[in-house]
Parts: sequence; structure tokens; C-alpha cells
Amino acid sequence: MTIKKTTATLAAIAMLAVGACSKKAPEVLPPNPDGIDDGSGGSGAGTGVVPGSQQDFLNNVSSDRIFFGFDQYNVDAEDQATLASQAQWLQRNPAVRVLLEGHADERGTRDYNLALGERRANAAKNYLASLGVDPSRIEVISYGKERPAELGSNEEAYAKNRRAVTVVIQR
Amino acid sequence: MTKKTVLLATALSISFAAPLAAQTPSEASTPAPTPRLSETVEGELSQDRTVIAVPALATPAVTTVAGLRTDSLGRQIAEVIAADLERSGLYAPLGPGSVRAITMNEVTAPRFADWQARDAENVVHGFVRASGTGGLIVGCYLYDTQLGSELVRQGFEIQPGDWRRAAHKCADAIYSRLSGESPFFDSRVAYIAESGPKGNRIKRLAIMDSDGGNHRFITNGQALALSPRFSPDYKKIVYVSYLQDRVRVFIYDVDAGTQKLVTESRNATFAPRWSPDGTQILFSMAVAGNTDIYRVSAAGGTPVRLTNNPGIDVGGSFSPDGRKIVFESDRSGGQQIYTMNIDGSNQQRISFGGGRYATPEWSPRGDLIAFTKMGGGEFRVGVMTPSGGGERLLTNDWQDEAPTWSPNGRVLQFFRTSRGREGKSSLWQVDLTGVNMRRLPTPGDGSDPSWGPIRP
Repeated sequence: MTIKKTTATLAAIAMLAVGACSKKAPEVLPPNPDGIDDGSGGSGAGTGVVPGSQQDFLNNVSSDRIFFGFDQYNVDAEDQATLASQAQWLQRNPAVRVLLEGHADERGTRDYNLALGERRANAAKNYLASLGVDPSRIEVISYGKERPAELGSNEEAYAKNRRAVTVVIQR
Repeated sequence: MTKKTVLLATALSISFAAPLAAQTPSEASTPAPTPRLSETVEGELSQDRTVIAVPALATPAVTTVAGLRTDSLGRQIAEVIAADLERSGLYAPLGPGSVRAITMNEVTAPRFADWQARDAENVVHGFVRASGTGGLIVGCYLYDTQLGSELVRQGFEIQPGDWRRAAHKCADAIYSRLSGESPFFDSRVAYIAESGPKGNRIKRLAIMDSDGGNHRFITNGQALALSPRFSPDYKKIVYVSYLQDRVRVFIYDVDAGTQKLVTESRNATFAPRWSPDGTQILFSMAVAGNTDIYRVSAAGGTPVRLTNNPGIDVGGSFSPDGRKIVFESDRSGGQQIYTMNIDGSNQQRISFGGGRYATPEWSPRGDLIAFTKMGGGEFRVGVMTPSGGGERLLTNDWQDEAPTWSPNGRVLQFFRTSRGREGKSSLWQVDLTGVNMRRLPTPGDGSDPSWGPIRP
């Protein structure tokens, strides 16, 4: 109980710290998942969130993902703001490496969607690199249409599935 | 008895290659459901399908070979023959469940009046007996009941585990004799077996006979598997695996159960295809986000880059003479079909019908290219000539994708995805008329079918 309260407070402070730099706050503050404390007792002891972890990343960026138009892979202004918040976190955590997953909606053929996912993941990678993140810290993988985030077959779901997602590689 | 001797002496006798004997039903295979016409046919069947009686094959003496009784096999082989003929869409077989059994004597002396009384224009007779060397001998005869004449006479000496192949070979001989087309039943299919929720599908490499028989899973599903292709000799399969969370083309050795990378690269490789002679592999590789098409020797070596374009160039399929490649590219703005020479020269767009075109596959006959057409909210399977003319769409559903040709270039398999949160994929088959469409039997869901050539 007490741990949860403390964590929420610290997370809020962390948000204030980056809030000035990101154009939008996350709609919902991610809840503190139980068991995120890995027991290592490192610098994150007491917060339940390990600095440099995926949870730390999610708590401190405006979003872990950017979205694309149909068959598109350009990084628009909203995407740039999201990636800027990711770049800032990455610069504060220079030892962390990330995987950029490129995804497509189900309304494309399999092989083409793999190529499209590569385009999207690389577009996000290139933008992070343009903000000063060492590209050697960023790996890319395309999942094409193999791993939809939204399962519906409608435009709303497709819009959420045409995405590039940044995932912290745990080390 | 002398008749059998004559049969074996004069007929085309086929001894199947030794490695095939390893694929016995006991080897991690799943019994295939028998395709049933009533469940699978969509649309309107041709009204003038030839009625063919296929009674159980006779046996001169009930013998048990490798745990298989020759009389039971006689009935099972007739069932497979009838199912093959049914699936071709050209024939209305009367299988062993609906016609009387025959005696050994009838095999070479049919009672034609009996079969005419069943309105059968043709009747298939045959026998199964032990070879005396641990194998089986299967005789296959086709008769015209009105003329009282023999149209086909073949004999096959097989390992007991290959009995389904004898049935397919017999059905192929019947189909070829009656239709004038090349055979296609004795062939295999590699595909991706699917299970699990839509957001986290388990995808396993699997292989089976063209009718779904002798099904076998190759990979265990821990890594995503996509887009398999059988080598022309059926000894290897190229496919994409997400092993170690990377996207790479592997060459899997079916007999050895081992696999190797098609090329060593940091980049993602995908969409692999064999050349018709099995010496070359086409694949797509994404370098810094840009996908182009490459060709490499199946034995290894340095890949040759065939396309060099900022658009996505992906997939590809060799012409049967091995001199040209048909592929897809979005260099014009959307996916369209192009052809080029195998060295990458002379790239020309051939699809101009409106909408987007993808997954081109060159027919083994050389006369047509099958494709997926996207437009109007649908994915449909169609064909066009290699110069882009004569476009015909063969299916009309929400999402039909990735056609693959039968060995004789007369039938296409593809996969169909249903929409929605519970959307699933299944394997389907349609002939070039677009009328004779049916679902293929698989143990679970399926996608990415790849049909190999006729087996020797």
C-alpha cells in the first residue's frame, strides 16, 4: 500500500520534469504494476520502477508508439513530439538500447507489409538519430501484419495498428 | 495370375524413392480428414460432370503388410482416388461407399452392364497385393463402360507407407487420360498452420499432400514462421522464421531436420522463392528500411541485387523457363506487378487494371500469372497473361490472398481470412473457371500455401 502511494508521487514528479518538453501528456498515467520491483535494490529502490527499464520509459515519454497513414511511413508533427520525448529519455539513459517494432494493418499482403513495417521502424529510428540518439543503440524489426494491437477489422483498429513501437531491450 | 505379370511387365512401374519411406503415418503426422463434397463446394458445379464408379480395389489374398491389410487398403485407396477426382471438379465419382465391391477376376474383366446401370460412364478397377519383398503392388485400371474398352492400365510397386501416393498416381492417370491435362494430385503443399488469438498467433511450418493427407508439423511454433516454399525436389523448404527475434530466410532440410540461413546479413530477409531448377533462391532484403529483391545460389555465395529502387520491391516468381521474374513494386505509388530478366534488366510494369496488385506467381505452364488484387474493400485472387492482358478475377471474398499454382497450372490454392476480432485464415482451392471452389482440410487454421511440382 505505502509503496504504491510513494511510487505514484514519484511518477508524477517525473512527469513534471519532462512535461515541459513533450507536447502532450499521456492520456492516462500508467498504473504501477505490482511486481515491477525486481528486488535488485538498485537506484530505483523504493519507487518500484527501475531506472532505464521499460516501465521507467513508459512513465516518462508521451507515448511508446507513433502512428501512420495507410501505406504511409512519414513522421508527422505529432509523431515528432512523441519521438522527442523518447529521445530525451534515451539521452538520460545512455546505456539503454531499444528495439523499434514496425507494424502494418491487416489490409495489406504479407510480404509487402513486412517491407512496410521496415520502412516505418526505420523512419522512427532515423528521426531519433536526428535528435542525437546514437543509431547503434536502436535495433529494428518488422512484424508486418503479424501482431495487431487492436483486433477489430475497422478503420479505427487499422489506424492503431499502423505503428512503430519503441521497446526497451532489457539487459 | 498371368494377367498381373503382364500388367507389371508392360505398365509404367514406379518405385518411389527411398527417403519417402521415412514419411510413414507414424512419424508425427496427423490423419487427414477426407474431403467431403457437401461441406466444401461453393457456387455452381458444372452440370456435365462425368460419373465414374470407383469400387474398392480387390485383393487376391488378404495379407497384412507392415500392419496394413490389403483388403482395407483396397477400400482406402479407392476413397482417395474418388476424393481426388471429386476435387478436380470435372467428375462425379461413385466411391466405395456407394457401389459394390469387385472380385479379383473383375479387375481385368469388368461387368460393364452393372456400371452402366449405375449411369457410370467410366469405372476404375484395381487390386492391392503384397509384393513378397515387404512392399505392395497396386494395379490401376480405367474402363469406358459404354465402349467396353480399357483406357488406363498402370501398376505401382510401393512401400506400404506410400499407399496414398499410389492412389494419387492412379487418380492422376485417370484425370490425365480423360481430361488431356497434365497430372497434379501426386504433389505436396507447404503452408503455415495457425492457432491462438489474433493478436498473438502461433504460426508453424507444416507440410502435407495436395489433398491434406500425410500432414506433418515441422516447427513447434515458438518462433513465427511465414511464407514457406518447397524446393522443386521436395527436399528443402525456404521460409521466414522469427528465430532469435530477427526476420530471416532459412533453408530447411526436410530429411535431416536441420536448417541454415539463406544469406548472412544484419538486415531482414524475407519473401523467399525457388528457381524452377532449384539452384537459385530469390529473396527480399530491407536495408535501412528500403526493400529490394536479390538472387542467391541455393548453395550459398554472394547475393546479386536485382532491383535498386527507393520503392518497395518485394516477392517475385520465376517463369518456368527460368529466364524471367515477375515481382511487385510500389515505385509507381501503389503495389503493381512488374516483370524483369533474371539479371534485373528490362523492368516493366504489366498491371494496369486499377487497384493494387500483389503476390504475383508465374504458372508452371508459363501462360498466366496469378495475383492478389486489392480494391473495392476486397482482396481477390485473379490471373492475367505475362504481358498483363486478359485479367480475370476468380474469387470474391473479403480477403483472399497469395495464390499458388497446381503443378499443371489449372488450379490455384490461396488463403482466405475472415474479418473481425475472431478473424481466422483457412486454405482454399479454385480452378481457372472460378466455379469449382473448396476449402482444403487442415487440422487447424492455415495460411501461405505453397504447392510443389508433380512427384516423379
